[in-house]
Amino acid sequence: MKKAFPFLALITAVLVGYGFYLGLFVAPTERTMGEVQRIFYFHAPSGWTSFWLFFTNLVASVVYLIRRNPKADALAVASAEVGVVFCTVVLVTGPLWARPVWGIWWTWDMRLTSTLVLWLIYVSYLLLRRFSEGTQTPILAAVLAIFGALDVPLVYFSIWFFRTQHPQPVIGNGGSLDPSMRPAFWMNVLAFSCFGALLCWVRYRIEIMQREAGEAEARQSLHAAPAIATRPAYRGGTQ
Amino acid sequence: MTLWSVTLATLKKDLRLEWRSKDALNAMLFFSLLVVVIFSFSFDPLAEESRHIVGGLIWVAFLFAAVVALNQTWAREIRNQVLDAYRVSPAPANALFLAKALGNFIFVGVLEALMTPLFVVFYNLRVLGPAWQLIPIAGLGTWALVVNGTFFAAMSLRTRSRELMLPLLLFPISIPAVTAMVESTTVVLTGESSARFWIVLLLTYDVVFTTACLGLFATVLKAE
Repeated sequence: MKKAFPFLALITAVLVGYGFYLGLFVAPTERTMGEVQRIFYFHAPSGWTSFWLFFTNLVASVVYLIRRNPKADALAVASAEVGVVFCTVVLVTGPLWARPVWGIWWTWDMRLTSTLVLWLIYVSYLLLRRFSEGTQTPILAAVLAIFGALDVPLVYFSIWFFRTQHPQPVIGNGGSLDPSMRPAFWMNVLAFSCFGALLCWVRYRIEIMQREAGEAEARQSLHAAPAIATRPAYRGGTQ
Repeated sequence: MTLWSVTLATLKKDLRLEWRSKDALNAMLFFSLLVVVIFSFSFDPLAEESRHIVGGLIWVAFLFAAVVALNQTWAREIRNQVLDAYRVSPAPANALFLAKALGNFIFVGVLEALMTPLFVVFYNLRVLGPAWQLIPIAGLGTWALVVNGTFFAAMSLRTRSRELMLPLLLFPISIPAVTAMVESTTVVLTGESSARFWIVLLLTYDVVFTTACLGLFATVLKAE
């Protein structure tokens, strides 16, 4: 599996490069928004990537709770971290696109608000992992991931009804994509998905190696303990 | 030793202890009062439009006060290893959770009952919509905060900065519930539309998360 890594990295680099070329040069310029619209080819695929990374986190968390397999927990950490990175990209590129086109940095519409709430939930997940002490962190984090997943549909419904009560003009692409733009869009979706998977895999490998190194250290200190305890200065009980 | 008998026994113990010291209640009351006064300086309470923002102010004040209550939920059990004793006893874990959640619900409910007249006085509130709907909104909303808060307080026990972790975990997950509480209260106060959807959303939220908490609490308790 590890031998496949350089090969996969090369394919990802090619896909990302080709997607970049399609998005910035080949795709036609949008009629009303102009060249700024091209940020869409990076904004939307980042969103898709973060969503399926968070879904991976949910599946890995559930698997961990059922089987207590440490590899599932390592995958949960990796997918959460990389997912938050891509979600941050979405939240930053969104305002960068909105400001020149619609004149506003931010609006509390369905998509932006629900993406922000998802980002908040997963940042709180990462904070729990960072602040938690003791060996039970994976279980607590897995439980929080499940709570976050249960929350997502409720977030959607609450924002949807809030928007029907306080309607505002809809911004964004409006849903349908012109056929001439589709190749660039789908190529970038594929490229970003590969890139996200690659980053997740790297992070997963680092996490596994960190854990193995930690275990090796613990084992070493365990073996050294009798030798230290029987040294002359320590014989004879507590000092 | 059924679920309910243990729940009731633990709940009575907590209520009796709280009644004798009134620590949490006093802290919550004074904190809410301070929040109300500070909000009164920030937003003009006498303006006609105040009725539109009061819903949000009330629930933000109650949210902060609930966090004060939730932070001390498990503090008593950590001292003298009471929580460890509970873990090794045959009592069902959910009984402990329900007792703590119900205790917090009563504390925050008492707080809301005491603070609401104060809000009415400071903001000259007149309810233009169906006032009776405020009872289920308050009940369901408070339970939504308290059930998740008690659960996350238990999860934060083994973290650094325990009191800081609780709001960081609770607030993102509570966003739909807080939106529902604020919107429904505003809608009832202004009488502009129906709060039915929000009440149903709060009920759904409560059912989903009460089930999740009851299902996963044993896992979290044993994990400590």
